[in-house]
Amino acid sequence: MISRDLLFSAAYELNVRAATAIPSDVKKTITRMAEKEIQPLPRYVLKNMVDNYEIAEAEKRPMCSDTGLPRYYVKYGNEARNEGGFVALEAALRQAAEKATHDIPLRPNRVHPLTRKDYNNNVGAHAPSVDYSFEPEADWIEITSVHKGGLFGSDYRMLFPADGIGGIKRFYLDVIGEFFRRGMSCQPVTIGIGIGGTKDVCVKLGKEAACLRIVGDRHPDPEIAQLEEELIELGNSSGFGSMGLYGSQSVMDVHIEIAYAHTGGMPVAIHHFCLAQRRSTVRIHSNNSLTYREDPHWFTDYYRRETVE
Amino acid sequence: MNEHVLPIPLQDDDIARLQIGDVVFLNGTIYTGREGLYSSLYDKHWKMPIPLAQMSNVTFHCSPAIREHNGQYDITSVTATASFRFARYIGQFIRDFSVKAVIGKSGMALDIYKKAFVPNGAIYLSTIGYGAGAIYGRSIVRVEDVLWKEELGLAQAVWILQVEKFGPLLVESDARGNSLFGQENARINNQFFSLYDGLAAPILRRLGEETDPREEMV
Repeated sequence: MISRDLLFSAAYELNVRAATAIPSDVKKTITRMAEKEIQPLPRYVLKNMVDNYEIAEAEKRPMCSDTGLPRYYVKYGNEARNEGGFVALEAALRQAAEKATHDIPLRPNRVHPLTRKDYNNNVGAHAPSVDYSFEPEADWIEITSVHKGGLFGSDYRMLFPADGIGGIKRFYLDVIGEFFRRGMSCQPVTIGIGIGGTKDVCVKLGKEAACLRIVGDRHPDPEIAQLEEELIELGNSSGFGSMGLYGSQSVMDVHIEIAYAHTGGMPVAIHHFCLAQRRSTVRIHSNNSLTYREDPHWFTDYYRRETVE
Repeated sequence: MNEHVLPIPLQDDDIARLQIGDVVFLNGTIYTGREGLYSSLYDKHWKMPIPLAQMSNVTFHCSPAIREHNGQYDITSVTATASFRFARYIGQFIRDFSVKAVIGKSGMALDIYKKAFVPNGAIYLSTIGYGAGAIYGRSIVRVEDVLWKEELGLAQAVWILQVEKFGPLLVESDARGNSLFGQENARINNQFFSLYDGLAAPILRRLGEETDPREEMV
């Protein structure tokens, strides 16, 4: 039985790690992109961003003061049990977000959408959001904390089978044109693309693809993996560098996830995840020990299954 | 790249030497402001209770990450927020508070520089990154004051900050209204548009892409 106190303390620690330590895959990639960029201004910017990661880590400062909208992804093993059940789990996650907001600190970004009232704790209606997936036979609970901004870099389009792969590429370029200008997406970004399902499903999958796969990860389906690689190349040929300055280094990676769609449609959603990629994962074992790691491993074979079972 | 370290209040002759793409570091006092400040002044008509223009002529579109304990504030990280959404207020604000530099993210439209910035001798300085919160955060020496914290909340309150070697900032718009992003967009466009060759427009359009609601989308 996984204890209530442990869920709270692990979720709090996740927020600290997400806010102040850049995942090594992202840091390595931005460092490499700074070297590859030949235009002096975007190169200067990228070199400063690498310095910023190091200062944030060494001095425990949030790497970006827009600490985004803290949220959680929970993968719940089918054999796992926690003290107090799902209600206690959600309470622990909300309490951890409040404490993290006060102590790290995180910026209190969450406000009532109409009155704009801010309770200075990042908690409120549907906040922080918690998404779930499940894993057969596992007796652990995994929690990933993601702090991502929420204003720019995402779009949705209902495409049709006749739009084809060309339609996806055009939409991909349109979103780059919309959000790479002036650096609105805070590129270099990881781009997540959800294809298929219904509108809500492709938006959700695209977000998870952007936030929950590490840089360099390829989709197991070779055709999807090839499209990912083509789109990376297309994005880095766009002329946009960091901050929307003329350059060649703006796409860290592209991750595509699919869901089966209506026979007449091909909805697509695209999300840009900025260069301050704040995510951290913990596995809470049934014996109440903890293992922290950088790779969320969210997209398991079970989660991507296409079979009846 | 030319680098400049400038004292605040900013002087006209220092500003006149700056060119787009130059790197600037600032010493002195700056203050934050965004929707909350502009809306309080110009929609709700609150009176500014402190002599803001005398304290600084540099404003910063941001809200910091702040730790508060026993009435003391510790700003650990600070980054800019996108400035374009303050377009309807910025001209009057620059005039009313004798602003000489706006620090922000992503700059503003070119016509805003011509209309609101150039006539007042003001420039736009872009933070870099974006998201270099730790670099900027460590150059904040102390919080001098905070205005409307209870009314607007921590994120929207006006924070008056003493800074030392605050930067690097890129000159996005200079005293003549030239724009770095304008220049870069012109360099990018041909290369970017060529990638559209052979990619058909989507079958179904949407209002928003079409701006005339009488148009058919198919």
